[in-house]
Amino acid sequence: MTEPATHSPDAAVGTPTVDAAVRVVDLVKDFGSDVHAIGGLSFDVPRGELTSIIGPSGCGKTTTLKVIAGLAEPTSGRVEVEGRPVTGPGPDRAMVFQDFALLPWATVLRNAAFGLELKGVPRRERESVAREYVAKVGLAGHEDVYPHQLSGGMRQRVGLARALAVDADILLMDEPFASVDEQIRRKFQEDLLNLLSDEDKTVIFVTHSIEEAVYVSDQIVLLTRGPSTVSTVVRPGLDHSAGSDSVRRSTAYLDWVERIWQELESYLEN
Amino acid sequence: MTLRGHRVPMVFSLLVWLVIWEVLGRAGWISLIPPFSEVLASFGEVVSSSSFEEAARITLQAFGIGMALSFAIGIGLGILMGTSRAFGSLMGMWVNIFESSPLTAVVPALMALLGFGLPTMVVTVVLFSVWVIALDTQVGVERVNPSLVEMGRSFGAGRRRLFSSIVLRAALPELLAGIRLGLLRGLKGVVIGQLLIAVVGVGYLFELYSRNFLMPEFWSLLIVLFAFAFLASEVVGYFERKVSFYASSR
Repeated sequence: MTEPATHSPDAAVGTPTVDAAVRVVDLVKDFGSDVHAIGGLSFDVPRGELTSIIGPSGCGKTTTLKVIAGLAEPTSGRVEVEGRPVTGPGPDRAMVFQDFALLPWATVLRNAAFGLELKGVPRRERESVAREYVAKVGLAGHEDVYPHQLSGGMRQRVGLARALAVDADILLMDEPFASVDEQIRRKFQEDLLNLLSDEDKTVIFVTHSIEEAVYVSDQIVLLTRGPSTVSTVVRPGLDHSAGSDSVRRSTAYLDWVERIWQELESYLEN
Repeated sequence: MTLRGHRVPMVFSLLVWLVIWEVLGRAGWISLIPPFSEVLASFGEVVSSSSFEEAARITLQAFGIGMALSFAIGIGLGILMGTSRAFGSLMGMWVNIFESSPLTAVVPALMALLGFGLPTMVVTVVLFSVWVIALDTQVGVERVNPSLVEMGRSFGAGRRRLFSSIVLRAALPELLAGIRLGLLRGLKGVVIGQLLIAVVGVGYLFELYSRNFLMPEFWSLLIVLFAFAFLASEVVGYFERKVSFYASSR
């Protein structure tokens, strides 16, 4: 197999990251005494980059993200954000949910402003910030409609606007495009990258799609089957300046997809 | 309802039944049913009488206090049952038993304990209405999408805020259904309580009219009660319809 042109994956493995926004250290998570979801997970998330977590289904990707979000307690080990151990949710992290988690009784604008509303930001101020992000995610003109009047893709844009509006440094995305049609998904991936290029965010992105992970990520953490550990960490870091179509056709992109597929395949066979 | 392709207003079916009532009453087969025109004639007299005013005041007072207590206790109990699995299974059996048991039997015992006045009526209202409110609140809270709660927590909502801004709001369709049913049961409770006590309120008037065989007055009073129950249920129903759109999309 030919090595992808940009970086050598093997060289990236185990390289200590100097500037980590988030560090996951020996994370273990059991549910009860029988289910061992995560069995000793360690990786660093470099600041200002997009890191994907990918692995076989049921490997504890979402659980890992919830521990980082402070929504679940680790059985042992820890997560550090900016060097401080996570003890619960905090304003430094904002989450985008797989099922959108929008308030069905609230308009798009109020949903996008809801993170700020919970922080006690006055109405006028939070609505002007939310209006700005609703426009940035491409929903200008839909401020006053309700979530059930929107398609799945548009709902997730509201979820993204809500997470961006609170201006957290770290964005946690739990399979954000899993409930979105394939065609819309690609457009959404491009829009996400464009949006993030203006914002100085560290993103942790959980997905089960290899193509998606390779397309959006600076770094990909591959997990083994549960109780999961880090199988390998790779850095595709594709050059997006040539436009999305040429990225998806480039040898580097295709080689990375193939390489990760082979890595994961070994866990699927038995 | 449509008849041969024409839309027939709802009032029409009411009119049909009133005509049947009038015919039955005039035929005089059943002494309990006077013609509707006679009921109508006595209606104004009943409603404007001072004994009715007194009865309505006492009844509304007991009903109001009882329902306020029922909302507070029922919704609180329902939230606890819906959020704590242990508490839910501890209380679930008892709440279900009380919900389905003939609580009328308890009222005489209450009288012995609390006397013939307001406390007995209030407790009767609570006993009749609180269980359905608790059960519906529990169902509503249990159906709240867990990811909405996670969303609230992740954006920094405390426990209190989670309940007021997310959980109770999301449980509103079931909560309102419980409140509507609770209001109707509470109304039954206050009248049954007064009937058993037999010396106060609307129950006393029913007792008085039926003992003296004043059937037009008796029916007039019943119509007032029907109308009140219908109105209460429709008011809550109006709000229920406003939130029903998200009962299916939570």
